[in-house]
Amino acid sequence: MFHIYCPYCEELREEEEFHPKGQAHIARPADPEACSDEEWGDYLFFRDNPRGIHHELWVHAVGCRKFFNITRHTVTYEILETYKMGEQPTITAESLANREAQGSVQVAGSGQQTVGASNASVASVKGVKA
Amino acid sequence: MSEHTATWANVYDVRPKSDVPAESPLAWSYHDSGRPNVGANSRVVMRERAMLGHLILRGGAIVLDDVVRQVLGLPLPARPNSLSLDESGERSIQWLSPDEWLVIVPGGEECELEGTLREALGDAHYAIVNVSGGQTLLELEGDKVCELLMKSTPYDVHPMAFPVGKGVTTVFAKSSLILRRVGETRWELVLRRSFADYLYRWLLDAGEEYAIGVEA
Repeated sequence: MFHIYCPYCEELREEEEFHPKGQAHIARPADPEACSDEEWGDYLFFRDNPRGIHHELWVHAVGCRKFFNITRHTVTYEILETYKMGEQPTITAESLANREAQGSVQVAGSGQQTVGASNASVASVKGVKA
Repeated sequence: MSEHTATWANVYDVRPKSDVPAESPLAWSYHDSGRPNVGANSRVVMRERAMLGHLILRGGAIVLDDVVRQVLGLPLPARPNSLSLDESGERSIQWLSPDEWLVIVPGGEECELEGTLREALGDAHYAIVNVSGGQTLLELEGDKVCELLMKSTPYDVHPMAFPVGKGVTTVFAKSSLILRRVGETRWELVLRRSFADYLYRWLLDAGEEYAIGVEA
């Protein structure tokens, strides 16, 4: 079982207490009437399905019942960070890519190796945060 | 905002003193599953504190803290998963979420308390809901309570992780409840009415090896 850190309860809780609610940071169009059908359809139905870093909305369903965001790696299932509603992630696919570049780590073309390379930098990011 | 925002609340006593009998959510369970006696070898003793007044308080912590100190004489627990109890242990406030608290007072006081709180809060942005009829409180006492809880919940109830004065809402026996530790060997479970019978029978079953007894 996963332990997930709830930013509102400020502690790690059992995965059983949480529900995933899909992709995070989807802004409702400011003026829905002015949207084309395509824009509105994108907003309602179309979601990203990345291989790698994904920002998701979760709810602490049995607990404080608050929604919050999780940055998760869709291949390794590793949870990189959790943050409250309204906040922006500190770890994104770009920030990890930058770290790779700065550390002059050879990022291989194949997905699997990229994942392995990312994990090292993820560990260092987590170490800094903790 | 709508111009039809309610400016008053209908506060009434949901348990008026009348001839209409009121029963705890566990009344049927006592009849159906019985109450094992408390013996000399009982390592866990269970007792229900039925018919207490439960209020859910929602709003901003700063506004509520002022009023609650003034009306109840208790500080509003600001830290997550914490609990404040008065000296008698009869009145308590528990943190449930960043803008939500559970107040438990002796039965009969809740209606008056709700009125007093509403008066003191004036036109602040808040909500108070009387949930007395929806839940009940079970008390577990004894040196094996921890072991019993460990069988029932994935939450870490080891004394090092769960000090006295902590309270959490968590998964318990495939259901959920509010779990709080009010003394070294004394724990309180706040159960939903509809889960009360199931959880009562679960606790009897889980407590059998500790010769669990139920005090009337």
